[in-house]
This record gives sequence, C-alpha cells and structure tokens, in this order.
Amino acid sequence: MTIGIAIAVVTVIGFLGAVILVLAAKFMAVEEDPRIEEVQQCLPGANCGACGYAGCADYAKAIVESGAPVNKCVPGGQSCSAQVAQVMGTTAEEAVQLKAVVGCQGKPGVCKQRFEYKGIGTCAAAAMLQGGPKACSQSCLGLGDCERACPFDAIHIVDGIAKVDYDRCTGCGACAKVCPHFVIDICGHTEGKPQVRCNSNEKGPQVMKECDTGCIGCMKCEKTCPSDAIHVKDSLARIDYERCTGCNACVGVCPKKVIIPA
Amino acid sequence: MAAKLAAIFFTMILVDNYVLVKFLGICPFLGVSKKLNSAVGMSAAVIFVMTLATAVTWPIQNFLLTPVDAEGNLKWDLGYLQTIVFILIIAVLVQLVEVAMKKYMPPLHKALGVYLPLITTNCAVLGVTVLNIDSGYNFVESIVCAVGAGVGFLLAMVIFSGVRKRLEDAQPPKCFEGLPITLVAASATALSFGGFAGMIENIFGTV
Repeated sequence: MTIGIAIAVVTVIGFLGAVILVLAAKFMAVEEDPRIEEVQQCLPGANCGACGYAGCADYAKAIVESGAPVNKCVPGGQSCSAQVAQVMGTTAEEAVQLKAVVGCQGKPGVCKQRFEYKGIGTCAAAAMLQGGPKACSQSCLGLGDCERACPFDAIHIVDGIAKVDYDRCTGCGACAKVCPHFVIDICGHTEGKPQVRCNSNEKGPQVMKECDTGCIGCMKCEKTCPSDAIHVKDSLARIDYERCTGCNACVGVCPKKVIIPA
Repeated sequence: MAAKLAAIFFTMILVDNYVLVKFLGICPFLGVSKKLNSAVGMSAAVIFVMTLATAVTWPIQNFLLTPVDAEGNLKWDLGYLQTIVFILIIAVLVQLVEVAMKKYMPPLHKALGVYLPLITTNCAVLGVTVLNIDSGYNFVESIVCAVGAGVGFLLAMVIFSGVRKRLEDAQPPKCFEGLPITLVAASATALSFGGFAGMIENIFGTV
C-alpha cells in the first residue's frame, strides 16, 4: 500500500514536471540557427581563444551570425576551416599554420649569470627584479611561465630554456603573451626552415660580453641568403618566413651558431 | 518578528554558513572559486535558485506531503518522500527557469546561464529546502533563510576566490600543489567562521 502511494505520488509529480517542461520548451523556444551547433562541432573545443573570440561557442556564433572569417581557428588548422566552410557553404581561404618560435638558446652557463635568483619561481616575478638574473635582459628566464600557460602541453623548459614540441604546438600564442622578455614569436610557414635563437637587440660587443651564443649582427647570414629572406635589424637577425626556402645557407655561416636548422 | 528574521538572515550568513560551517555545496565552492567574476556569477545563480526552490518546496511539503488540519493533526504523512520529491521539483524548476530566462531575460541568461545547470541537483540547494522544513520555519522565515544561505554562499565564494588568487602564486611543497593546498586553505577559512558561533543570537536577543 505504502509503496503504491509513494510510486504514484512521485510518478504524478514527475509527469507534471515533464509536461510543464515540454510545454515550456515549446512555447518559450528561442530560435537559434542550427548551423551554430554544426559549426561548433567542427571546432576543436579547446577554447584557447586564439581566434580572438571568448571560446569555440562564441566563435561559432560569430561565424554564423556576423559572418566572421572561417579560418581564424589556429589549433583546428586547414581541415577545420574547410569543414566550417562546408557548413557555411563558402570556400575557406587558406589558413596559415602558425607555430611558436623560441628566440633564445642562452641556457645557464652559456648566458652569463648576474646574480643568483631565489624568489618566486615564475618568469614574471624574476623579470621584475632588475630584468632577471641573466646578463642578457632579453633572454629566456627558464622558469616556465610559457609551460604553465600552454593549453596543449607543447612547450617545456629543457636545460633551462623553453623548447617547443612542434607536433603539439598549434600557434595559439598563449606562451608568447605571458613571456615577460618577449622571447617567443608566433610565425607562419616555419616548417623545415631554420630559426634564429636570439632575441637580443644589444650591439655586438655587448652581446659577446653577456652570452656565448648571441646574435652580434655581423650580417653574414644576410649576405649569404640566396632568397633575401634574412635581415639584420637592430643588430638582430630575423627570418622572413614568407621568403625563406629552407636552404639552411645561413646556418653554416653564423659565427655564433645562433641560427638553428629545422 | 523583524528581529527574528534578521537573526535568521545573519545566522545563515555567518554562523550557519552553508559552505564553511555546514560543508554543503563544496563542489561549486572548489570548482568555480578560481576567478572572482565566475564566483560572483555562480553565487548570484545560487541565491536565485535557493530562494525560488524554497518558495516552491515549502508549499509542497506543507500542503502535499505533510498537510495539517485545523486541529493540528496530520491529515496524511508522506514525509518520507521529501528528499526524492524535492530533488525532482528543484530539477524541473531549474530547467524551467533556464528556459524562461533564455526567452524573456537574455542578458540575465547570458550572465547566469552557464551556472544554472550546475545547480540543478546541488546539495546546498536541497539542503536549504530540507533544513527549512526541519527547523519548522514558516513561509516568510523560510524565504529569508534561503536568501541568507545564498548570500552566505556568495560571501564564502568571494572570500575564497581571494584566497585562491594568493594560492596561485604560492609555492607549496610538490605533494601539496593543486587541490590539497586548496583544501587546507578552505579548512582554515572555515575555521575562521567558527568564531561567529553564538554571536548573532546575542546581538538580536533571540536566544
């Protein structure tokens, strides 16, 4: 008897609740473009914010409602923008696969130490104390702010210097944003091409005092490059990846071994 | 009357704080307290749902489960169904509120929308409704109690999000990193609320 009443009461209440919810869903439905859901399913769902929107859902909404470009998703890359374009019925412009490039190889011992740092173990804190313990004020501090910021576990401190795992890097730029010395660049077209592992704008003699492998701005790479892709600006070599063909001619001539082949 | 309501309200915030003294609603307390914004948003949603849930479950309890006739005798007693019926009703209610909010109050839905489904079967919400009945409060007292419990939740969340912010930069031993040190900090915060015991009753003279 008791169990019968209990079942009856709960069933009736549950049924009433269901009816109310169904009616509510029917009468208070908000028209939403079904394509938003479809677009969102094409996106990786990492909510990294590299597209400039507040997350994948927000980006999907922007694509459908305000016609945002479909190739903004950095982690998703080409395949993702193609899928989104298919949903939207447009063609995708080519999405450039961005990657993080760490511009420093001055690990402890190579780059001189000015003092011993024993404070809070973040680059942001170390950089606030006289620009950090290293002689070079534009060097990688190696305390791992980028490692902690990376949503894809793609950058790690190896031998005191940040190192990018290119299989995992999506070029979202989270690491570049937190680096207090701006050591990390986000570049497109980097596959199979050399990288300049220095970030110092100091003049040659000063660089030589500070670090064993710093760019001294000798221009040898610039003179050697057959495709006019590497230039010294503010006494620092920079590669133009749009032009670089990956011939690695600059790698051999660099006296300080700053340019690292891919 | 006013003194009693005020006593209930402040007791719920300081002395019987749902999170820090009764240890209900710990999961949003630990999960959503990392940032001040989301902590406040979540708390606002909790205040809203707690008040609404109490307003609905109090009549259910007193007119459906354990109704009393004129002489004060129970007409019938379905009190043993309290927990399951309350969960059912709160779940339906929260869903209904979400749907209605999406339709009629889009800005509010934007602010609270993500938190509402999280509260559907939150123990703090169920706890407020059940403990209101257990305390024998009338309808008005129940509502005040629910609002107080929600504000107490807000207070705990805001205080703790401040604590969490400092924990981010702290360097605890490896084995304490993450949740362990957070729980230690939570227990220290909870201890501090123990200091309020007995205060409110004496201030409002409702001992």
